[in-house]
Amino acid sequence: MGFEGIGASVKRKEDGRFLAGRGNYVDDMRQTGQLHAVIKRSDRPHAKILSIDTAAAAAAPGVVAVYTGADMAAEGIGGLPCGWQIHNKDGSPMAEPPHPVLAVGKVRHVGDSVAVVIAETRQQAKDAAELLVIDYEDLPAIASVRDAVAPGAARVHDEVADNQCYDWHIGDKAIVDAAFARAKHVVKLDLLNNRLIPNAMEPRAAIGDCDVAGNYTLYTTSQNPHVIRLLMGAFVLHIPEHQLRVVAPDVGGGFGSKIYHYAEEAIVTWAAGKLRRPVRWTAERSESFITDAHGRDHDSTAEMALDEAGNFLALRVRSLCNMGAYLSTFGPAVPTYLYATLLAGVYKTPAIYAEVRAVFTNTVPVDAYRGAGRPEATYLLERLVDTIAHDTGLDRVELRRRNFIPADAFPYQTPVALQYDSGDYVATLESALKAADWAGFPARRRAAAARGKLRGIGMSTYVEACGIAPSHVVGSLGARAGLYEVAEIRVHPTGSVSVFTGTHSHGQGHETTFAQLIAAQLGVPMSQVDVVHGDTAKIPFGMGTYGSRSLPVGGSAIVKAVDKIIAKGKKIAAHLMEASVDDIEFKDGKFTVIGTDRSKALAEISLAAYVPHNYPIDELEPGLDETAFYDPKNFTFPGGCHICEIEIDADTGVPHVVNFVAVDDVGRVINPMIVEGQVQGGVAQGIGQALIENAVYDSAGQLVTGSFMDYNMPRADNVPNIHVGTETTLCTHNPLGVKGCGEVGAIGSPPAVINAVVDALSDYGVRHIDMPASPQKIWSIIQAGRPALAAE
Amino acid sequence: MYDFAYHKPANVADAAKLLAADGEAKALAGGQTFIPVLKQRLNKPSAVIDLGGLGLSGITLAGNTLTIQAMAKHGAVAASAEVKKAISALATLAGWIGDTQVRHRGTIGGSLANNDPSACYPAAVLALGATIKTNTRSIKADDFFQGMFTTALEPGELITAVEFPLPVEKSAYEKFRNPASRYAMVGVFVAKGPAGVRVAITGAGQNGVFRHAEMEAALAKNWSPEAIVGIKTPADDLNSDIHGSAAYRAHLIGVMAKRAVVAAG
Repeated sequence: MGFEGIGASVKRKEDGRFLAGRGNYVDDMRQTGQLHAVIKRSDRPHAKILSIDTAAAAAAPGVVAVYTGADMAAEGIGGLPCGWQIHNKDGSPMAEPPHPVLAVGKVRHVGDSVAVVIAETRQQAKDAAELLVIDYEDLPAIASVRDAVAPGAARVHDEVADNQCYDWHIGDKAIVDAAFARAKHVVKLDLLNNRLIPNAMEPRAAIGDCDVAGNYTLYTTSQNPHVIRLLMGAFVLHIPEHQLRVVAPDVGGGFGSKIYHYAEEAIVTWAAGKLRRPVRWTAERSESFITDAHGRDHDSTAEMALDEAGNFLALRVRSLCNMGAYLSTFGPAVPTYLYATLLAGVYKTPAIYAEVRAVFTNTVPVDAYRGAGRPEATYLLERLVDTIAHDTGLDRVELRRRNFIPADAFPYQTPVALQYDSGDYVATLESALKAADWAGFPARRRAAAARGKLRGIGMSTYVEACGIAPSHVVGSLGARAGLYEVAEIRVHPTGSVSVFTGTHSHGQGHETTFAQLIAAQLGVPMSQVDVVHGDTAKIPFGMGTYGSRSLPVGGSAIVKAVDKIIAKGKKIAAHLMEASVDDIEFKDGKFTVIGTDRSKALAEISLAAYVPHNYPIDELEPGLDETAFYDPKNFTFPGGCHICEIEIDADTGVPHVVNFVAVDDVGRVINPMIVEGQVQGGVAQGIGQALIENAVYDSAGQLVTGSFMDYNMPRADNVPNIHVGTETTLCTHNPLGVKGCGEVGAIGSPPAVINAVVDALSDYGVRHIDMPASPQKIWSIIQAGRPALAAE
Repeated sequence: MYDFAYHKPANVADAAKLLAADGEAKALAGGQTFIPVLKQRLNKPSAVIDLGGLGLSGITLAGNTLTIQAMAKHGAVAASAEVKKAISALATLAGWIGDTQVRHRGTIGGSLANNDPSACYPAAVLALGATIKTNTRSIKADDFFQGMFTTALEPGELITAVEFPLPVEKSAYEKFRNPASRYAMVGVFVAKGPAGVRVAITGAGQNGVFRHAEMEAALAKNWSPEAIVGIKTPADDLNSDIHGSAAYRAHLIGVMAKRAVVAAG
């Protein structure tokens, strides 16, 4: 056994079963008597349902049941709930139209669930679904946020005027306006944050089951099984907690898209109850494209007021944000509290005012996707900073440095609600500049030009808020849930340990990181530690994994539970060694009477706890099993500097990322290898957003990029070797000093890439290019810029 | 996919008979387009005639002809010493099709019979002036490709081999991949051989693969990249989609053709 403690790059415990194809995913599960559900999807963006004739489908071979929205409505089944309520500028609540599990009256996006066919085999269910006769009356479709707010636009929901979900703001408008009035320079930029489709490797799947006593089990691809149990049980199907178990076994990637409560989970659970047989559903990839919540999709204007020297005086932002056809579980929170509160970035801008208007469209619901709001804020700010440099002629590095929140200013209160606890933006900047050899770039640019390539370099300096989140804070901001986390530590009689965590691992490596924590804190070898997650029947009520919260919040709960184990262990040790509790110290897995060689190993203490023959039974309960809940005091604030270097083939417009440096401050690092992997994956997604990925709807509301033939996922040849570095300042308010690393890559990287593209094209008169910077788009800029270049 | 009858005949005659007897039957060669189409329920054949039992996967170099039998897989063509020796650009082209999995299932005959407008092989076959051998006749490449997903093949007619005339003095293939699908958005095969100087373009045209007469004339006079600089390709008959407008494709034809001439030496 090598060093397994904090800071060791221990290989991942879970990878053995994944690499051997022995993971246990929802679709791998088989139940006796199982039935197969196929969901009939709307192929219309927006239409009235005039009638649904189910007779032929119901009579088809093998079909057990066909249900429509009317059947669910007749049983009083609720709509899918939204977990976050935003209030408008005037204090009124956001528009929150119903989100039926199966469509009632209307379909509102391509992919909307219209009916479910349940049969003995999947093939039979698919055959029968084709026999459903649905009579639609097409309605005008709203395909984009601009369409939604156009005068006279059709309504996605009849009861929602102007398609407006909310019109929200943050910051002090009067102070900002005054600062703009006295500014020496004002730099303005319009920019789009492109819509993305998550595309986790494992498509969503769900199996519902119900026993003779009416106890339900849902197996589902979820990042947060307890949240699903609460939402579906309490709000949709009205099943009490003790009769509903939700299991999220191995899950193949989520990136946010598996946080939400989806219609299919309710459909299979409800149908299993009616039919008293297990009902299973697995998305086909093409279903994933039109039913998994999409990400991003902002249309924004940003303006910065500056003084003569380039100090930021005030920032004004207006964003028009897409909610899709219905509110997904956390959709409304993303462009508000996960976005606009980050608009200070790493800068000491004294005044900020942001207005966010969220609208409904006839598209798939939009919700959090890796980074969730923070990539949008970072992209807006970091593109704006480079544009300021472009317009004013100030050096982009010096401009950033001049406006950084200094390292000695923490804790730092921003004008947009958040208080950053720690950070050192100069340290990450300097480290990244060095690793990227920023100073040597001009020579590389000249060398590239000699090869006919346009070479550019770009950076982004960013901060994000994760470790979501203090319950009282999010509660005051509209969250309908608390966002603490829970851990139970069970020391078994012979000293091995099981950790029950409310977080969920779907690629993050919790089975390793958390075992490492236990190894470090209890001195138990990792091989003796088991991490249990994903089953509401086993784990206490925890909130799951998203917002880079597993270690800062879930890990903190583990530390608190460990503290309880040690405190109890000391009492047992004191009894066994006939010493005072105050004289017992715990170190390296041993309880020792301070200043003596008398000690008891953890396994001796646990054995005494479970075989309490010689035990302080009058004062202490037997057993060594402790639970702790942890509600964070604040968000955590990872930050850093990303630098991208790119070469463009001037003949074709093809961009190629030739170097990428990410230096992040994620607080204390438990497993450097896992952090590096998380950053690499995030950067790959960030490069994807910046150069490649784009969800495109045509003007009629049809998804043009509905398969991998047209939706462009990053592949190995799109992603360079990524230099990952860390600079550490500790989080000041959680016991480990950790900040979270799951999203930094996707947050910091897109503006670095686009800044590099714009830099590469600087001779062609380009000021901004919207994502994704596709070859065709770059080629068009080069074509348009050539005459100007030739004239010089 | 929908249910279908499945046959795996042992010889070409039986396969042709099965196909001729049933207008709704479809032949399965490598299946790299056909199987996904079946899985998506976009095609409902009454029967699938699996050609995997026919053999027909040989590659031979004899006299002035390179013969690649219809069921030769892309990976085999890419790795073939005979192909590399006779027309190395053809091996290169085969090695660039799809990914490793596709290249170990997909076949030259299947690709040509399907005539996907963004397939690679049609460009080589047309530029090299190859002859398509079927169970009933020989078809010149110039007569074979008849538009998007359309060929001269009659119902029940099966490709058995492709014959490439030799010696090929110069040849090269350059491909601009669709950023998402990685199919050819513009593929240009240039060749100088028994069929003359030819430039065949795939991926770009609305009607599938086509020859570029102006470039051919210019290269026939002067085989050099400079010879085709400035030749504009009209965008009128080119494809346009979210990845590339017709104008962009027209531009890329020029870039890829020039690079192909450079590569051909």
